Amino acid sequence: MSEQTLAPPATMPPVTWRAPTAEVPPVRIVLIGVAVLFIGVFLGFPLLVVFFEAFLNGVGKYFETFADSDTQAAIRLTLLVAALAVPANLIFGISAAWAIAKYDFRGKALLITLIDLPFSVSPVIAGLIYVIMFGAQGYFGDWLKANNIQIIFAIPGIVLATIFVTFPFVARELIPLMEEQGTQDEEAAISLGASGWQTFRRVTLPNVKWGLMYGVLLCNARAMGEFGAVAVVSGHIRGLTNTMPLHIEILYNDYQWVAAFTVASLLALLALITLIVKTLLEWRFSDELANGPR
Amino acid sequence: MTALAQFRRDTDYIEANLSLVAPFVDERLRVKTMNVTVENLVKAFGATPALHGVSLEIASGELIALVGPSGSGKTTLLRLIAGLDFPNSGRVLFGAEDASSKSVQERNVGFVFQNYALFKHMSVFENIAFGLRVRPRATRPSEASIRQRVMTLLDLVQLNGLEKRFPGQLSGGQRQRVAFARALAIEPGVLLLDEPFGALDAKVRKELRRWLREIHDRTGHTTVFVTHDQEEALELADRVVVMSQGRIEQVGSADDIYDNPATPFVFDFIGDSSALPVIVDKGSIALDDRILSIDAKGHADGPATLFFRPNHVRLAGQESGSIVGTVTGSRRHGDIRRLELEVGLARHRCEIDVPADSEVSRNGRVAVKPTDWRLFPRVS
Repeated sequence: MSEQTLAPPATMPPVTWRAPTAEVPPVRIVLIGVAVLFIGVFLGFPLLVVFFEAFLNGVGKYFETFADSDTQAAIRLTLLVAALAVPANLIFGISAAWAIAKYDFRGKALLITLIDLPFSVSPVIAGLIYVIMFGAQGYFGDWLKANNIQIIFAIPGIVLATIFVTFPFVARELIPLMEEQGTQDEEAAISLGASGWQTFRRVTLPNVKWGLMYGVLLCNARAMGEFGAVAVVSGHIRGLTNTMPLHIEILYNDYQWVAAFTVASLLALLALITLIVKTLLEWRFSDELANGPR
Repeated sequence: MTALAQFRRDTDYIEANLSLVAPFVDERLRVKTMNVTVENLVKAFGATPALHGVSLEIASGELIALVGPSGSGKTTLLRLIAGLDFPNSGRVLFGAEDASSKSVQERNVGFVFQNYALFKHMSVFENIAFGLRVRPRATRPSEASIRQRVMTLLDLVQLNGLEKRFPGQLSGGQRQRVAFARALAIEPGVLLLDEPFGALDAKVRKELRRWLREIHDRTGHTTVFVTHDQEEALELADRVVVMSQGRIEQVGSADDIYDNPATPFVFDFIGDSSALPVIVDKGSIALDDRILSIDAKGHADGPATLFFRPNHVRLAGQESGSIVGTVTGSRRHGDIRRLELEVGLARHRCEIDVPADSEVSRNGRVAVKPTDWRLFPRVS
């Protein structure tokens, strides 16, 4: 067949074709405009301000802030808290997702609901719960004091509060993925003679690895950025129990604008890196699901 | 008969009996296979019964088909044999050994899943090698012998050269064969296939059916496969197990099942059939107000269902006692013409075959007599 028979005759007017679900151009322009405007005003502009203010007194001043021992301590503490909270969540997330996706048991619906609790509860309440439990006047206060263990106004409290707040991230990411995949791959592995652990390590884990990394990344971002819950249990002891977000607030309240924004810029940078890695993962992840690794 | 026609007949015969002409047994792939005994298996999922006491003897090296509509319990039975589910009562024996207390791993069954369940992140090679690699160190073959075994299997399933591919890069038929090779790699005593060709298009299905038969003849595994496709079951299996609603309706060769259906269900499910509700009274059969000239001596009086195959009828003209109906539809069916009739006062539907050149018009009257039929008492 020649190409001419496929092309419309020249006398016919060109047809402007629009997908049935697409809007008319004015509506489309308004919708896109609103979205771009909001992102610009509420996200883009503030982010620019953070970096602008941080470098207001020059690059030299910017790096001087990091020489301060309290700032260094805050950074170290933030990394430590993330390093403890993320693995804890990883273990919990995999266990919970495994239990929910692969087994049927009494109270499963309740467990799924409870996993979401930290999303709906205010972080301040999360902090207060730990104060009431482990604080000096709390339920376990006397016992902890007698055994010389300090949780509130110390690092353990901060870690606990962070774990509470970041609780759902890994599990939430894995549950739908594992439920969708079902148990057939595991059954295949078992029928081929693999033990439970071999099945988990060689089949289940590789099947969810991208989803798992995605969950860990989100969890990490939240663990480093958490403010409310940590503020309640930390006690704001400079150089000891201040994480980066708390340290930023203190600097800000001390009118150390540049220093506050400098630390903020580091936190924002971490968030941006997380976002970039997440996008890369998403791109890789969807590709993998469709075609298998290359 | 011309020489050409004779030649065609011969080649057709050879093709149809390929395994008889060339009984090629591959010794490298021959395995110690075993018989399987299923005793009185009962299984319920919650309050929903799936199997009501099913018993079955599967001989060593036999290729057996479990066929039935969805919900008949055929997949449940297969999974119980594999140990992927556990029965509420009854037991499964591998050889003389009771497998009830054995885990899936210990049963050493090759299971091919309906959707293949290939490991997406592993190459074809690693998929097939999986069962060997996960063995405890003491019984794990060396890397060289794993490689050799995988290559032999790839050869068997005709996928040479594809060992580095990933499942996502294979066609449906190729995936099916990888799943098959993976199950064979562990030298299973029994091979269990769940709807092995279910997800494939009709042409590939036919090819793979023949291929499976050949592989079975070469390796000699005791094989049980589940299918909802009766044609597949009849063509492929040594014996066919027809199941319905958690019970076995009939077990037999394709000829048995087709020629001597034991129950109305089997008659209806296997092959084409027409069923008419009739009343048996002292050896004669009444269809509504009409006495049919069918001898029902020996059948109990009362309501019954008359079954016959569409091709087991002859046109009866004006003879009395024939089944008379109005033609409501007609379609070409290979070499014959299949008519849909409305029969009797209550306009029962039935189908009959007539020669393709018959002149029948829509709404015309047709009278037929079944040449071969069956009568089953009807519980109403």
